[in-house]
Amino acid sequence: MRGVIPWTALAIAVAAPIVAAGFSPLLQWRDGIYIASGFAGIFGMTLLLVQPLLAAGDLPYLSHARARRLHRLTGALLLAAVVGHVVGLWITSPPDVIDALTFTSPTPFSVWGVIAMWAVFAAALMAALRRGIAVRPMTWRRMHVSLALTIAVGTVTHVLLIEGTMETITKYGLSALVLLGALRIAPRLRPRRR
Amino acid sequence: MTTSFPRRTILATGTAALLTSGLTIPTSAQTLAPTPTMRGGANNYRPGAPIVDRIGGGGFLMTGTVLRAGDGAPIPNARIQMWAHTTEGHERDERSHGATLTDAQGRFQMDMPQIVPAFGQPHGHLAYDAEFDDNGFQTVFLRPIMSSASDTTLDVQFVLQQT
Repeated sequence: MRGVIPWTALAIAVAAPIVAAGFSPLLQWRDGIYIASGFAGIFGMTLLLVQPLLAAGDLPYLSHARARRLHRLTGALLLAAVVGHVVGLWITSPPDVIDALTFTSPTPFSVWGVIAMWAVFAAALMAALRRGIAVRPMTWRRMHVSLALTIAVGTVTHVLLIEGTMETITKYGLSALVLLGALRIAPRLRPRRR
Repeated sequence: MTTSFPRRTILATGTAALLTSGLTIPTSAQTLAPTPTMRGGANNYRPGAPIVDRIGGGGFLMTGTVLRAGDGAPIPNARIQMWAHTTEGHERDERSHGATLTDAQGRFQMDMPQIVPAFGQPHGHLAYDAEFDDNGFQTVFLRPIMSSASDTTLDVQFVLQQT
């Protein structure tokens, strides 16, 4: 029964920011694609909390192998969320997204978002090519964890600088949890001592 | 826009200094620097948007001054276009755009729908486009940010450079 508590806590941590954003007054003045791209971003950010827990094997009722498979699946979902976020914003306002992608935007938060986006692409590519690239497992892990930390810090900075649909308490709460998740996996940059 | 006050202060101080010293040297034409185009200022611009009395239902007041670089003389009949993401539409929507002309004092104002945060910030866009104006100044695009999303006014200053 004890194992239910972490799962419930995780479900609340993921659902709360999404539900709270659903009450944003800004939604009434946005069209469907703009709203969807915002929620894709929020959903993607909640996955940044799930990913380190799966990688570290912290969730009860999951075997190591199953946690790993879920980690890959969640990674694919994250990739899809990021692509949906950027494509949706592109449709909403192409020049703003071009400015962001070329690092010429007047808004500092977009730089952090674009850095995190490239880190997500790189981490996903590494995962897809895992067996194909000839690097030592420890090197692979260091690179993947470094990218994960970049994604976490980049995303949190991106989100905190934005005045958007996320509700304040859930925005700061999720940001703190994502950073804690990053701290959880940061020691993996070093080989484990036995 | 926050920069309008210091600039105006500098202008006022500079003018006062000139008046008290009684100097009328032409180098005074170097006092007021032109406003540079802001990053992203031209995003979703609609060249030649029509001159209107009001954009949509109104409720938000965009005001501004258009001055000549150097001596700070007001520029009358300057055509200024403004647009934003508002309660009535996205920036790219035609109905979110409108233009107006400055009066004899170089002042303009536009009643437009409330600006709401979009792309992370509550901000407006304004343009002085040389293509659609005969006053002979260089094109400038501005993207002022509101200090608060609940603001119902925004004041902007253009200082234009002659072509």
